[in-house]
Amino acid sequence: MTNWRFVAAAAGFAAIVFGIAAWLNIDYLFFAGYVVLQYVVLASAWNILGGYTGYMNLGVSAFFALGAYTTVALEIAWKLPLPATIPAAAIVSGLVGIGMGYLTLRLKGIFFAIATLALAVVTETFITNWDYVGGSSGAYLLHPKRGPWFGSYIEYLFLLMLIVAAVAVVVARAVERSWLGYGFTAIRDDETAAEATGVPTLRLKLIATGLSGALMGMAGAPLPYYVSFLEPASTFNLSYAVNTIAMAMIGGTTTWLGPLIGAVLLATVQQVATVTISSEINLMVVGVLLVGFAMLAPNGIVGLLRRRPRP
Amino acid sequence: MMQRRTRATGAGGFRAAVLATLAALSMAAASLPAAAEEPLKIGFGMAETGPLAGTGKSALLAMTIWAEDVNAKGGLLGRQVKLIHYDDQSNPANVPALYAKLIDLDKVDLIISGYATPIIASTIPIAMQHDMVLMGFFGLANNAKFKYDKYFGIFPAGEKPALAIMQPFFDAAMTLNPKPKTVAAVYPEMEFGQSIKNGVKTAAAAAGLQTVYDQGFPPSMTDLTTVVRQIQATNPDIVAIGTQPGQSIAIVRAINEVGLKAKIVGGGMTGLQTTDAEGLLGEQLNGFVNFNIWLPAPKMQYPGVMDFVKRYQERAKAAGVDPIGYYAAPWAYAELQVLGQAVEATKSTAGDKLGPYIHATTFKTIIGDVKFGESGEWAQPRMLAAQFQNVKGNDIEQFKGTDKVVVVSPAEYKSGELLSFEDARR
Amino acid sequence: MTITYPLLVNAVIAGLLMGGFYAALSVGATVAFGLLDIVNIAHPTFAVVGAYAVLVLNRAFNIDPILCGLLLTPIFYGAGMLLYQLYHHFFERRGDDAMRGLAFFFGLMFIAEVAMIMLFGVDFRYVHAPYITTTWNFGAVALPLRLAVPFAGSILMLLALELYLKKTFIGRAIVAVAQDPFALRLVAVSPVRIKRIAFGIACASAALAGAFIIVIEPLQPAVGREFIGRVFAICVFGGLGSLPGTIVAAVSLGLVENLSTIFIGASWSPAVAFGVLLATLAWRPSGLFGRS
Repeated sequence: MTNWRFVAAAAGFAAIVFGIAAWLNIDYLFFAGYVVLQYVVLASAWNILGGYTGYMNLGVSAFFALGAYTTVALEIAWKLPLPATIPAAAIVSGLVGIGMGYLTLRLKGIFFAIATLALAVVTETFITNWDYVGGSSGAYLLHPKRGPWFGSYIEYLFLLMLIVAAVAVVVARAVERSWLGYGFTAIRDDETAAEATGVPTLRLKLIATGLSGALMGMAGAPLPYYVSFLEPASTFNLSYAVNTIAMAMIGGTTTWLGPLIGAVLLATVQQVATVTISSEINLMVVGVLLVGFAMLAPNGIVGLLRRRPRP
Repeated sequence: MMQRRTRATGAGGFRAAVLATLAALSMAAASLPAAAEEPLKIGFGMAETGPLAGTGKSALLAMTIWAEDVNAKGGLLGRQVKLIHYDDQSNPANVPALYAKLIDLDKVDLIISGYATPIIASTIPIAMQHDMVLMGFFGLANNAKFKYDKYFGIFPAGEKPALAIMQPFFDAAMTLNPKPKTVAAVYPEMEFGQSIKNGVKTAAAAAGLQTVYDQGFPPSMTDLTTVVRQIQATNPDIVAIGTQPGQSIAIVRAINEVGLKAKIVGGGMTGLQTTDAEGLLGEQLNGFVNFNIWLPAPKMQYPGVMDFVKRYQERAKAAGVDPIGYYAAPWAYAELQVLGQAVEATKSTAGDKLGPYIHATTFKTIIGDVKFGESGEWAQPRMLAAQFQNVKGNDIEQFKGTDKVVVVSPAEYKSGELLSFEDARR
Repeated sequence: MTITYPLLVNAVIAGLLMGGFYAALSVGATVAFGLLDIVNIAHPTFAVVGAYAVLVLNRAFNIDPILCGLLLTPIFYGAGMLLYQLYHHFFERRGDDAMRGLAFFFGLMFIAEVAMIMLFGVDFRYVHAPYITTTWNFGAVALPLRLAVPFAGSILMLLALELYLKKTFIGRAIVAVAQDPFALRLVAVSPVRIKRIAFGIACASAALAGAFIIVIEPLQPAVGREFIGRVFAICVFGGLGSLPGTIVAAVSLGLVENLSTIFIGASWSPAVAFGVLLATLAWRPSGLFGRS
């Protein structure tokens, strides 16, 4: 399916989802759905760097939180609304991503992962000490009761996140099928060989880190309005990284479909578990699924579903 | 090869996506409950896991006891009370979805908040959206930005909480002879810490004290000996501390190891009021003057409270919660008493009836009289400062009485005399 | 803020002592990662499991906590060997993919954490030992035994491990298997068996590290997360698989944390510590002592 047809299909699918949700008009579905969509973006974004290129980013929360704090800063400075701050967040997190790419040029594997963790700690410390956005006291972002056109405000947030999620999936798929995707795969399989055959690894890695970071920033941009009170401690929580990675791996890291399936499935299970059984089970579920899939289905759900090519 | 894989991903993949979405939607639908029934439902999130869970679970037990008490007397408005709660994992990001489920799907009649300021901060907008009354449990100045007329904070700190927490401590400090002249403020880099910092600044200025040290530390720092040494280097008379439970323990230990010398040490150290910390630190606590909100001191034995405490303590151990329960439990019970009394008096659960009634009334609860000001916080703060004295060993039974945790300020609730930090540690 | 001599000296001492503890906590990860190429991100959590095990033993039999840790090492050794068998069967035989292994250990980390929450609750737990509340004072210098005793224990443990790796046959085989597993086969030693023993030793160290944790600070299930960053920073900084490197890296981290507290202020110290790590990685990608 060519890119433009896929974009149309994705837009159509998103419209259907939104139509059903709007018709049901249950706020809870919007709230829970927002979180699921947020993880679709995070998982798809992570997978560009992690699944396609083979570089494991543990500092997911840094890019996510930077997106959220961009919204806060722009709201305080110029009262910019969300449709403006989402692209701004993409730029900020994207630039930081490229910066991280430069810093970690010669790092591979676990060394790269630890560097991303270090980056997350440094970013958190900076934000905690930056009083303009509230620092450690946190920032209050009050939102109106209704959305700008119709429905409740959370319906509006849900719609925005749905659009961002569609964009993320479209981008992931487009990247996968383009020369970028082939380049990334070459880097993942054998970086030295790729360099030797003339693949522009430096440029590709920077594109990967930048793109991945930008999308994660977009996932974080609406968060301040969702929680109304943003503070560094919970925004930089390691569980964002863990959940994101789990979702991508469980779904399958080789293709755009994996993170989508993984995020929808795991995030939904988590939301349901929170309001039914208990939330200790939440963590346990992620753990058991991770272990199970890692052992038994290393290519994730996509790997299980994919029909084997006939011999 | 490439093409076949693409096609396989294309067709099978799309199918998979549709299946997954359907599965997800049906799972979500499965969590929709049956139609609303008779009971009067009170819904809330509470920290049952995560850093706030110690107090959260203690509060939950107290609330359960309240529901049982009320139901034994026939319930509220003739209906049996049912508490519906979910674990918010001490994370404010979980609050919106949780309360959406409670209000939209579980169709609760009333909501109350979870525990602590950040959690309450995320809950108020939801209450505002649905025009419901919200009781806030142990939050500091949550309503300052929202100014919601149906929010009521259960914490005796009033409108200027950081000041209210530190004021009795400073009042006690200024009774020392000779009068202290200098103060050091130390707190973690977080919202609570910032409140304390501001409270100390105000109280110190009012008392004419000079600030010689004023710095925060990262909340995750486990070894505070270096921080304490820095404080010692400035030789303060007063050391004002604002910490959360894990940090409170760490700093008490650090102060013991460094051998900090000052005239009075303490202030806003949360967590030291719980049995865990008291048992762990034992004698190391001697001399610390810390804020408290209720103790079984002679002047604070309001009707019903000692009976409640006894019943709570009988069940605490089995429930795995704070076994003595002087800190959070009576207040959680009182919070629901206020709500229950308001519901009975207005014969309604509607926010626009309950709100004005609660604003206008002085309630009688197991922690005494409760009256709210315009901001929804207590009209009059009623914080205590209590000093640990004569603690021996680590036995927790000694903390049940009033001779080891002595109320030293304000004067009307005093149960003993303040000792200087060094005297108390001899 | 004047930096007085006692302040500086004591900050340095606190840094050294905490550094020793960090080294004990990290050595298991260094061995697993450096010599076996196993990214056991759950190692700090294993240490927390060890800490709870120490708690149970200490409360039941009133034995000194560090002794409890020592007594637990055989059990953790056995568990480590079993875990390695599982890992080998599912991951190593299939070929090289560090990410699957990482996912496996991530999952284990959560399962362990939840199990501890369910068994022990979320409240802080602690042990009692006479040295936990004692401080030796030498003039202006204070030596809290709560930190000093684990430090001594760490040094002993690391020395023992280093001797083992240098002097015994199996120890040398462990170092060899990292460099050339095939050559090992030529001397009729099964690499799988050697790796199993090595991973067992790494997990055994978690038991002792756990004892140190609960001596130094009150214990609750999520405390492992605070150490993940530090442990792997130390592994990477010190060069994987090098024990002297681990000690130097761990002590450096402790010193940087404490010194930056007094020179810049406590709220910046995490940024300084990890900033230094980032800078080092940018300059020397395989760590200070690593083999490139």
